[in-house]
Amino acid sequence: MARILFKGGRLIDPASGVDTTSDVLVAKGKVVEVGTGLSSVEAETIDITGAVICPGFVDLHAHLREPGREDEETVASGSAAAARGGFTALGAMPNTDPVCDNAAVADKVSAAARRAGLCEVIPAGALTKGLEGRYITPVGEMVMCSAGVRMFTDDGKGVQDSRILRRAMEYIKGFDAICAEHCDDAALSEGGQMHEGYYSDLLGLKGIPAAAEDIALARDLVLARLTGVRFHALHVSTRGSVELIRQAKAQGVRVTAEVTPHHLILTDAQLQSFDPVNKVHPPLRAASDVEACRIGLADGTLDAIATDHAPHSPEEKEYEFELAPPGMIGLETALALMITEIVEGGVLGLTELVRRMSTLPAGILRLNGQGGPVTEGTAANLTVFDPAAEWVVDPNSFASKSRNTPFKGRKVKGKILHTVFGGDLVVRSGAIAAEYEAAVSAATAMAGGPR
Amino acid sequence: MMIKHLLSIDQLSTDQIDLILKTADSFGEVGTRTIKKVPALRGRTVCNLFFEPSTRTRLSFELAAKRLSADVITFTADSRTSVSKGESFKDTALTLQAMGLDAIVVRHTSGGAPKRLSQWVDASVLNAGDGANEHPTQALLDLYTIRRRFGGIEGLRIGIVGDIAHSRVARSNIKAMTKMGAQVTAIGPPTLLPVTAGSWGIDITTDLDALLPKLDIVYLLRVQKERQVEQFFPSLREYSLFWGLDRRRVDLMKPEALIMHPGPINRGVEVAGDLPEMERFIVADQVSNGIAVRASLMYLMLGGSQELPAPEHS
Repeated sequence: MARILFKGGRLIDPASGVDTTSDVLVAKGKVVEVGTGLSSVEAETIDITGAVICPGFVDLHAHLREPGREDEETVASGSAAAARGGFTALGAMPNTDPVCDNAAVADKVSAAARRAGLCEVIPAGALTKGLEGRYITPVGEMVMCSAGVRMFTDDGKGVQDSRILRRAMEYIKGFDAICAEHCDDAALSEGGQMHEGYYSDLLGLKGIPAAAEDIALARDLVLARLTGVRFHALHVSTRGSVELIRQAKAQGVRVTAEVTPHHLILTDAQLQSFDPVNKVHPPLRAASDVEACRIGLADGTLDAIATDHAPHSPEEKEYEFELAPPGMIGLETALALMITEIVEGGVLGLTELVRRMSTLPAGILRLNGQGGPVTEGTAANLTVFDPAAEWVVDPNSFASKSRNTPFKGRKVKGKILHTVFGGDLVVRSGAIAAEYEAAVSAATAMAGGPR
Repeated sequence: MMIKHLLSIDQLSTDQIDLILKTADSFGEVGTRTIKKVPALRGRTVCNLFFEPSTRTRLSFELAAKRLSADVITFTADSRTSVSKGESFKDTALTLQAMGLDAIVVRHTSGGAPKRLSQWVDASVLNAGDGANEHPTQALLDLYTIRRRFGGIEGLRIGIVGDIAHSRVARSNIKAMTKMGAQVTAIGPPTLLPVTAGSWGIDITTDLDALLPKLDIVYLLRVQKERQVEQFFPSLREYSLFWGLDRRRVDLMKPEALIMHPGPINRGVEVAGDLPEMERFIVADQVSNGIAVRASLMYLMLGGSQELPAPEHS
């Protein structure tokens, strides 16, 4: 394994409360030494003066599409996208085909990630079999399998039946795992194409009311309190949701929440283009919701930033609006968008941003060796980024197999330079390291041809 | 200058609307000749692309194009069939693009489809109704009909009654009528009035009876029976009771006030069965004016600003 010395960077390590100029020496998969004036003759020395070095980012929420839709993404290509985005760990959502509702699928995803070797992938298990909302999945077996599932969710839809959700929460609590929900009252959101409000009225597209999310979340929080499960609210998007979580936290409910870059930046005004690249669930909301999410992020009501990376093929996003599937990709733009909008916009400082993208989500998933601390003897999962470098979002340059980002052409600030996973430099100067690139293409080709 | 595509009423200035309506007068005259045809678009090809069943709009566009001597082809499809065949809307657009069409008249169940199509083809795209978004040619023919009857549009009080929320006719007409200076009120069950419609520069009310004596035009929208199934109102009877036009309500109207409807009429729901035969119910006018207005549009959009051709023979 490589021996690398990062010299002159600004070490931001929220777990140990460090934010100072410091060298970091990595060897044999571990952080060997942290301090100033380090030198090592055997190590490859990389001067990162002016850049930030921090624990690798952890994405609680990504769709890798394997198994089933390898034309859109594979575990390998998704891992490459993650690595290029500075992520060293991610939670893979279970709405694959077949659904990740058993240990065999979870282990398959996990094994594919280990083969790619670009980041840690922890499959999330389905909460109910086939995501159908009726029967609880073998939670225990998935927790105990080698994939080590620790989050259960029917993401893509909410569990509509309160009795089933209650049982699932009780059962999941027994294994000390997390129950996560895509909060959605399906009767209210059925057929909805976009956020219900001024723009849906104007455009004549069927709206998804904020109430569909708020009602489901309110019920979930009541059940979380009843069962005592660790509950995680996925992609919070409404003002009402932020307020509900704020209240629940104040009352001691074990709840954590995530918010996506797109819900922190874009509004439903985007939909005027009728371009399905802006179609996503939950939908892009009104400006007042975006503002509430920003406030919620700033005051800690919303814990983590998660991408909800959702790859879709170009042809599916070239269907008519009502027929196009919801979702947008986000792994390779998350950091830059957050620096450009959230740090420069005065919502969070850079140190706090690192905490929300790394330390906190790693803590939610209880991942060892992720999220810091960056101290002697810890696993070397690190990200180096230049917070001032400007670039223009070009989907064609992505490592992801998909291109569906609404941020195409946007000028952003903040660029990933290097990503270290398990002590190896998997991203070097912004590109997947040569020794991994061939493996990614091979794994991606193996995973399936055209649909 | 005329626009390249007609996707929304938003694209048109009042001057452009005036020009379209004025030019429609000439085509109205063409429609009264024995030989109802001018060579304005001879050799040009217009494709009617209908992803949603339609009879009157499709026929109206077809007749309008034929009066201009254009060649007309018609393509009817179900968008869901294309998807199940693995073809995207863009694939369909590129196929049409390869056919070298001059204009594509598109009707689609999905809002925004004409806008997307216009980004992928060189032909002029005319929106013939997209989802609940817009139906701009309907609004233009309605303006034309109103102007012929009242001599102008400015200052008229128009009530649009019914399912505003799901109506592309309402959206286009509210934009067009307010743009031309009419005072528009949307009337209907509270569930079918968009919550934010108050920001559209119109008034909103659920009380039809109170408003009727003030209106110059009562514009009835078609009420789909499935709205009752979806529980937007308790029953068709209840709908008729409060928002249906019957003899009693007609008697509340000003003597010179007119009734309009985009068709097809749902007799017994939004209008009592015997009313459409009344003189002031001017649906037939709307239909025949539709041909003239659509011809005017295609002429202006495709033929440029050249002199309108004289009759082929007298």
